[in-house]
Amino acid sequence: MENSTINKETSSYLDMELLRFSTAGSVDDGKSTLIGRLLYDSKSIFVDQYEAIEETSRRKGDETVNLALLTDGLRAEREQGITIDVAYRYFATPKRKFIIADTPGHIQYTRNMVTGASTSNLSIILVDARQGVVEQTCRHTFISSLLGIPHVVFCINKMDLVDYSEEVFEKIKKDLEAFSSKLEVRDIHFVPISALRGDNVVNKSKNMSWYQGSTLMYLLENIHIGSDYNHVDCRLPVQYVVRPQSDQFHDFRGYSGRIAGGIFKKGDEVVVLPSGFSSKIKSIHIYNSEIEEAFSPMSVTMTLEDDIDISRGDMIVRENNQPNVSQDLDLMICWLNDKPMINGGKYAIKHTTNDARCIIKEVKYKVNINTLHRIEDDKVINTNDIARITIRTTRPLLFDKYSRNRITGSLILINEATNETVGAAMIV
Amino acid sequence: MVGYLVKKDQNEESRELNSRFEKFIESVILYALFFISIFLIATFVFFEKYILMKSYNLTHLEELEAEAIYILREVASQFEKPALLFSGGKDSIVVAHMARKAFWPAKIPFPLVHIDTGHNFPETIEFRDEFVQKIGANLIVGSVQQSINEGKVVEEKGFNASRNALQTVTLLETIEQHKFDCAIGGARRDEEKARAKERFFSHRDEFGQWDPKNQRPELWNIFNGRKDMGEHFRVFPISNWTEMDVWQYILKENIEIPSIYLAHQREVFIREGVIMSTSTFIQQRENEVTTNMQVRFRTIGDATCTGAVESNADSIEKIIEEVAAARTTERGTRSDDKRSEAAMEDRKKQGYF
Repeated sequence: MENSTINKETSSYLDMELLRFSTAGSVDDGKSTLIGRLLYDSKSIFVDQYEAIEETSRRKGDETVNLALLTDGLRAEREQGITIDVAYRYFATPKRKFIIADTPGHIQYTRNMVTGASTSNLSIILVDARQGVVEQTCRHTFISSLLGIPHVVFCINKMDLVDYSEEVFEKIKKDLEAFSSKLEVRDIHFVPISALRGDNVVNKSKNMSWYQGSTLMYLLENIHIGSDYNHVDCRLPVQYVVRPQSDQFHDFRGYSGRIAGGIFKKGDEVVVLPSGFSSKIKSIHIYNSEIEEAFSPMSVTMTLEDDIDISRGDMIVRENNQPNVSQDLDLMICWLNDKPMINGGKYAIKHTTNDARCIIKEVKYKVNINTLHRIEDDKVINTNDIARITIRTTRPLLFDKYSRNRITGSLILINEATNETVGAAMIV
Repeated sequence: MVGYLVKKDQNEESRELNSRFEKFIESVILYALFFISIFLIATFVFFEKYILMKSYNLTHLEELEAEAIYILREVASQFEKPALLFSGGKDSIVVAHMARKAFWPAKIPFPLVHIDTGHNFPETIEFRDEFVQKIGANLIVGSVQQSINEGKVVEEKGFNASRNALQTVTLLETIEQHKFDCAIGGARRDEEKARAKERFFSHRDEFGQWDPKNQRPELWNIFNGRKDMGEHFRVFPISNWTEMDVWQYILKENIEIPSIYLAHQREVFIREGVIMSTSTFIQQRENEVTTNMQVRFRTIGDATCTGAVESNADSIEKIIEEVAAARTTERGTRSDDKRSEAAMEDRKKQGYF
């Protein structure tokens, strides 16, 4: 109700959706140029930022202003002229706010790509029109599929260097379709662009009248993201129990957390796992206002009709739709650490709001991420390797398959000696 | 015959009447259909949001808030003694506001910590004290002046002297003294290029140092806050927010902010193109003439290193319009960032906010 005073023009800013996307490409695919173009054309580069990179480019003797300097924030990155770490960039149009996870394309940085992809709704994969589909393209596509990114947009870049040829575009498109058919990518788009010249990035190209599809920006603004979250399987991993020590709320016992799936309504019959006690939802709160229903990715506080012992790591679900409960898990894992994975080794794991420990039982195979072939004779898992493994945990986990739910289906492995996050795993 | 004729005429007349009547009815129905359909289309257009958008979607502000609240609860769960760094600036106000929301109806389960350089704008300190009292939080102040008095740091000299860098020492000392294992901050990735590389959960070694090249990968919404004794974390719940998001949120949630964010008359002088507020902490050169201007602050740091912008924006709505049209970043008025290209990275490595 506080909003009633907000005037119309301002309120349109309050009505936008949020789209997270990641960009991947090989070295020199023009990724930084594309991001620079998106930021520049949406007026998200500021004058002082531009002047600063202009000055640096000049000092280094670059002929043009190097837009990569915008995202390469660390001293080491600027000195070596490479991107080391995932960089996050932000821009907005009247329709949507965008978060870009800009991930480096070098071979040794698969882990950064996995990191950037893990929270994305959409992945932009750049393909150099002159080179067509190369190993890295396959790798990026595979990782996007593995991480369950709902939408993939292939940008066939540098169309200006192949005379805006429709045949070149169609050939690459066909190759990509053939490759993608082997993967689980739900929604694929192809856009011929020139990031440098601005063709089909924000404005429709005059040089490619044969292309009837949307510009990249149109896709980013309009792609349907409402179904990206699971709204079917009700899951509330309990994150924190609120027990106010005040007279007014003496009996208040609230279970806080971020809805990981489904739609919870006041009055719903629920079951608390692992205990198995059932109860009814008494109320759902966001701060001091009560809401009728809650869905992913809302952060809420829930109260139940009955007094049950519930703590962090428990999960509130619906009786007729429960997650898997098991100590033995099949995982696809991406190894993130310089020290190889120890077969038979013990690691700490974090899964939803749960902590546990696990032992690596078996490495089934490694994946050659360029060809998608299985490697069954080499079972040493090094950094940037992706492999199918099985683990046994110290206590049962409450989980769904990753393909069903990205939140309840993902976990991380931690080296207990160094506390580093060493593995990212998706439950198969 | 006559009768017949008359009869025929009557017949004809009635038929004519009939057909006219039919036509009339027909057109009435047509018109009715037309208006009904127009009405339906209009209602649909008007209520489209409610008919179609019953789809379960959050707005960008709701989603950013849900993310930040999730992180604040994660801090309260994963750490034993967290603290919220509170400067009295808009970003930390927004974080504190969400902390209230996250733990309602309980109070914020950690204290607010202010690293006071002694060079703050008086309006900021006044606001801080009122705010803390209103929400019933516990405030801990780490004083840079005290660090100077104790000889732990040495004050910079000259016209551009600033206590900005000295804060790091006081901050780390305060963290150590109170045994905080996590300090929540309001830094955002869009503020500055080194901050763009920052994690939500950012590890600090026993010297409080940040190692940007050796950060833990952060995947999905799983945050690894494991650490050894003596180490701590910095956590940034509004990492993904922009200046615009912050202002929109302040408007949406009707959050109170210090008055100096809004346009007001102020005694100022110009130094190297930056509008500086006159202050007892700043030495003015002879040619730096004091004038009166209508200004506001886009960001609030120390009075010694924060410049103002000329502005007539005296309401949050007007600030949002101004931010939408702005062509420079908010930290463009911060001289502490301008000392070198990697000024922020260098300070952050040593343990700065």
